[in-house]
Amino acid sequence: MNKAATGTHMPRFHIVKRVEMTRGEIFILNLYAVLIAIVAGGILIACMGINPVSFYGTVIVGCFRSALSVKSLIRIVIPLLIASIAVIPAFRMKFWNIGGEGQFIMGAVFASYVALFFPEGIPHLPLMLLMAIAGIIGGGIWALIPAFFKCKFGTNETLLTLMLNYIALYIIQYLRDGPWRDPAAGGFPKIAKFPERAWLDQLFGVDISWIVAVLLVIFMTIYLKRTKHGYEIAVVGDSVNTARYAGMNVNAVIMRTMFLSGAIAGLGGMLQVSGEATTHTLSMGIAGGVGFTAIIVVWLANLSPITTVAVATLIGMLDKGCGVAESTYGLSSAVSDILQGIILFTVLGAMFFTNYKIVFRSKQSIKSHTAAAPGGENK
Amino acid sequence: MDTVTNVSARGEIAIELRGITKAFGSVIANNNIDLIIRRGEILALLGENGSGKTTLMNMLSGIYHPDSGRIYVNGNEVFIRSPQDATRLGIGMIHQHFKLVDVLTAADNIILGAGKGFLLRRNRFEEARKVAERYGMYIDPEKKIYEMSVSEKQTVEILKVLYRGANILILDEPTAVLTPQETQRLFEILRRMRDDGCAIVIITHKLNEVLEISDRVTILRRGESVATVKTSETNAAKLTEYMVGRPVTLKIERPDTKPTERLLNVYHLTVEDEDGVTRLDDVSFSLRGGEILGVAGVAGSGQKELCETIAGLHPIKKGAILYKKENIEGKTPREIIKLGISMSFIPEDRLGMGLAASLDIADNMMLKSYRDPKSPFTPRKAAEEMAKEVIKKLDIVTSGINQPVRMLSGGNVQKVLLGREIHVNPSVLITAYPVRGLDIGSSYVIYDALNEQKKRGVGVLYIGEDLDVMLELCDRIMVLCHGKVTGILNARTATKEQIGLLMAGATTNERYGEEVVPNE
Repeated sequence: MNKAATGTHMPRFHIVKRVEMTRGEIFILNLYAVLIAIVAGGILIACMGINPVSFYGTVIVGCFRSALSVKSLIRIVIPLLIASIAVIPAFRMKFWNIGGEGQFIMGAVFASYVALFFPEGIPHLPLMLLMAIAGIIGGGIWALIPAFFKCKFGTNETLLTLMLNYIALYIIQYLRDGPWRDPAAGGFPKIAKFPERAWLDQLFGVDISWIVAVLLVIFMTIYLKRTKHGYEIAVVGDSVNTARYAGMNVNAVIMRTMFLSGAIAGLGGMLQVSGEATTHTLSMGIAGGVGFTAIIVVWLANLSPITTVAVATLIGMLDKGCGVAESTYGLSSAVSDILQGIILFTVLGAMFFTNYKIVFRSKQSIKSHTAAAPGGENK
Repeated sequence: MDTVTNVSARGEIAIELRGITKAFGSVIANNNIDLIIRRGEILALLGENGSGKTTLMNMLSGIYHPDSGRIYVNGNEVFIRSPQDATRLGIGMIHQHFKLVDVLTAADNIILGAGKGFLLRRNRFEEARKVAERYGMYIDPEKKIYEMSVSEKQTVEILKVLYRGANILILDEPTAVLTPQETQRLFEILRRMRDDGCAIVIITHKLNEVLEISDRVTILRRGESVATVKTSETNAAKLTEYMVGRPVTLKIERPDTKPTERLLNVYHLTVEDEDGVTRLDDVSFSLRGGEILGVAGVAGSGQKELCETIAGLHPIKKGAILYKKENIEGKTPREIIKLGISMSFIPEDRLGMGLAASLDIADNMMLKSYRDPKSPFTPRKAAEEMAKEVIKKLDIVTSGINQPVRMLSGGNVQKVLLGREIHVNPSVLITAYPVRGLDIGSSYVIYDALNEQKKRGVGVLYIGEDLDVMLELCDRIMVLCHGKVTGILNARTATKEQIGLLMAGATTNERYGEEVVPNE
C-alpha cells in the first residue's frame, strides 16, 4: 500500500520567500556578511602561518601610520570614488556600463592631448579647464558609442562597453609606441611628462581632485533624487514601457545618461593623468582597474552616492593596508584581491537572504510525521 | 489495487488535505485548510483573487510545498516534492497560462516528457488521437500549436495530463480565455470525465459557472476555507456572501446620461505588430462623451493594440484616429499629452506600463506631469499633495505616500493608477481590464469611479473580460474578433449568447449608436 504513495520521503529543509527587509535589516545583514568574510579571510591567513589578528591590525595601522600613508590612501580612494560615482546613473537606469575603465582612460587620453600639444602660451588655469573639457568629451564619447548602438540596433551594452575598455587601453599603447612617443626618453617607449602648467593644483598637500570628488557626490545625490533627469533615469530603470507610456523619449534618456556617466569617468581620468599619483603623465597603468573595482563598490553601496564614499574608502583601505601587510609579512600581492573577492562573495551571497529564508525541519518532527501516517486513513 | 479510475470507485475520497498552511513572507496564502476531493465529482474551488485557490492547488501539483499540514492521496500520506511526483500520483493540473511548445504538433506536446522513451515514435499521432477519442474530444494531432485557437490549445493541455495517466484533474480558471460557446464544450468534456470516475477540481471566481458545472463548492476567503456546500443547495447570493464575508448587492449601477459630442473617432484603423501580423483590421467606431463603450473579445483579439495605438504607443498602418478634430496619427505619447488632449489610458499591465513599481506613490503621481515646472527639478511637493488626495478619495490602504507601489496589493495598485488618471480631469478615459485581479469590494469602487467620470461627460472606453459585468455597466459593447469589429451592440438589450457568437467570429451589421461617417 505504501508503495503507491510516491515521494514519501519528507524533505529535511526547504526554501521560503520572506517578508521584504527594511533598509536597516539589510544593512545589518551586509555587516554580518563582511564579518563572515573577515573571519574567512582570517582563516586563510592563519593557514599561511600568520596571526590573523596582527595581520588585520597591520592593515588598519598601515593606512594611517603617517601623514604619507594617509595621503597615499587618499590617492587610491579618489579615482575609485569618481569612477564609482560615474557608473551610478547608468546602473540606476539598468544600463550595465562595464566600461568605466575605458571611459576613464579616454578622458585621460583626450586631456593628455591638450596638455602635450596645445600651444605653450596658454596659462595654467585655462589650460586646466580645457583639459577638463577634453576629458569630459573623451569619456562621454566612449560611453555614447555603446549607448548609440544599444538604442539603434539593440546591441548588448555589457559586451560593447567591456570590449571598448580594451580598445581604449591599446590606444594608449599605440600612442606611446607611435605618435606620442617621447623622443627625449632615449628609445624607451613612454609618453612625455606634462609641462608644469598642466599639473593639478594642490590643497592640504594632496591634489585638488578630492574637492572635485566631493562636489560630484553632492551633485549626483541631488541629480538623482530631485531633478527631472534623475526621475527619468529611475522610471526607465524600472520599466521601459512605463517610461514610454509617460511620454519619455527612452533613447534620449539612455544616451544622455550614458554621456553623463562617461563624462564623469573621463573627468576622473583627466584628474588622474594630471595629478601626482601618476607623476603627471599618461601610461598604460593610468586607470589600473578602477573602472572595474567601481562596479563592485557601487554594487556594495546599493547605488547610493553617499554610501559609495564609505565603501570606496573601505576598499581603498583594504588595498593600501594589504599592501603594507604584504610587504610586512612578505606575502604575494594577490592577498588583497583574494580578501576583496571573499567580501564580495559573501555580500552578494547574502543578498539571497534578503528575499528568502531556509526553514529546517527537526528530525523529531519528521519522525512524528511518519509515525502518524499509518497508511490508509479513509473515513 | 490500482482500480481507482473504475466507476465503482465513485464517491471515494481521492485527495484529502488536512490543516494545510502556506505563507509567502508575511502573507499567509493558505491557513489551516481542510479539503476533500472525491472521485466522480466536480468540485469548484471558489474565491476572490488572492484568496489562495491557486496556491492550494499548486501544492497538489508539486510546485509549492506546504509549510505544515498533510496531504493524503488514496488514503496514503504523501509528500509531493515535484510535478513528477504529482504525475505519478495521478494528479494533473491545467494552468491558466498554457505550458505548450508552440512549434511542435499537438501529438508531440501530448507525448513529450511523459517518460515513455527518448525517440519520437511514428505511431504518436495515432496514440494521441486514441487518447482524445477515449474522452470524446477531437483534435488534429498533426496540427502545430501556434496554428491553434485558444480552446484547441486547452484541449491539448487536458489531453497532455490525461496521457500521463491523471485521474485527478485540476483546472485553473479554464474559462477565462474561452467564448461562452467554447465554455459549454469544455463543460461537456468535464462532465464526461466525471462520469468516467475522475476527480475534477475547477478553480474559478465566476459564480454562474460554479452553479452550472460543479457538484460541490468549497469557498476560500483570505486563505481560509470558509465553507463547503452542495451546489444544488445554494445560490449566487449565498456564495457571494461566503466569498466576500458580507451580503453584497450584485447590481452594478448604470446611470442614464445624455451622450454628448463624439470625442474620439477611429476610422478604418489597421495595425500590425512587430512581426508584421495584422492585429487590428479596418476598425472604425466613435466614442462620445458621457458614455461607457465596452470592448469585448477573446483575449488577444486586438484589445491591447487598440488601447496602445490610441495612446500613441503603437504605429498606425492604415486609417486615422481623430480626437475631436485633431488627427493624432504619428504623434508620440508626449506630443499627445502636450497638445492638451486630456486622454487617460489605464493599461492592462499596471506595474509594467502604467506605474513604476519600485518608485513610491508620490513619484508615481507625477509620471505624466513631472515636466510641468520650468525648473530642472521635479514637482515633488505637488505630487505629494496629489498622492494624499488620491489615497483619501479612493480609500487606498498604504503605509503612506512614501511606500513603493510594488508593496501595495493589486486592488490598491489599480486605485493608484486610476486615481492618477482621473485626477487630471480627462475627457477620454481608456481602461484595459480595470478590475482584473481585484476583489468584489474594490471592483465596485472602480465601477463607481468610472460611472462618476461618465456623469462628468467623459468618454470611457472599457476593455473588459467579464461579459456579465459589461452588460450591466456599459452603454454599448463593441465586439472584436481577430482584430475585426464583428458588431457594436446596445448593452441594454444585448444578450451574452449574441456577444459570444460575435466573439467567435460571426458578424452582424448592427452598429448601434454609430453615425454614418461622412466622407472626408
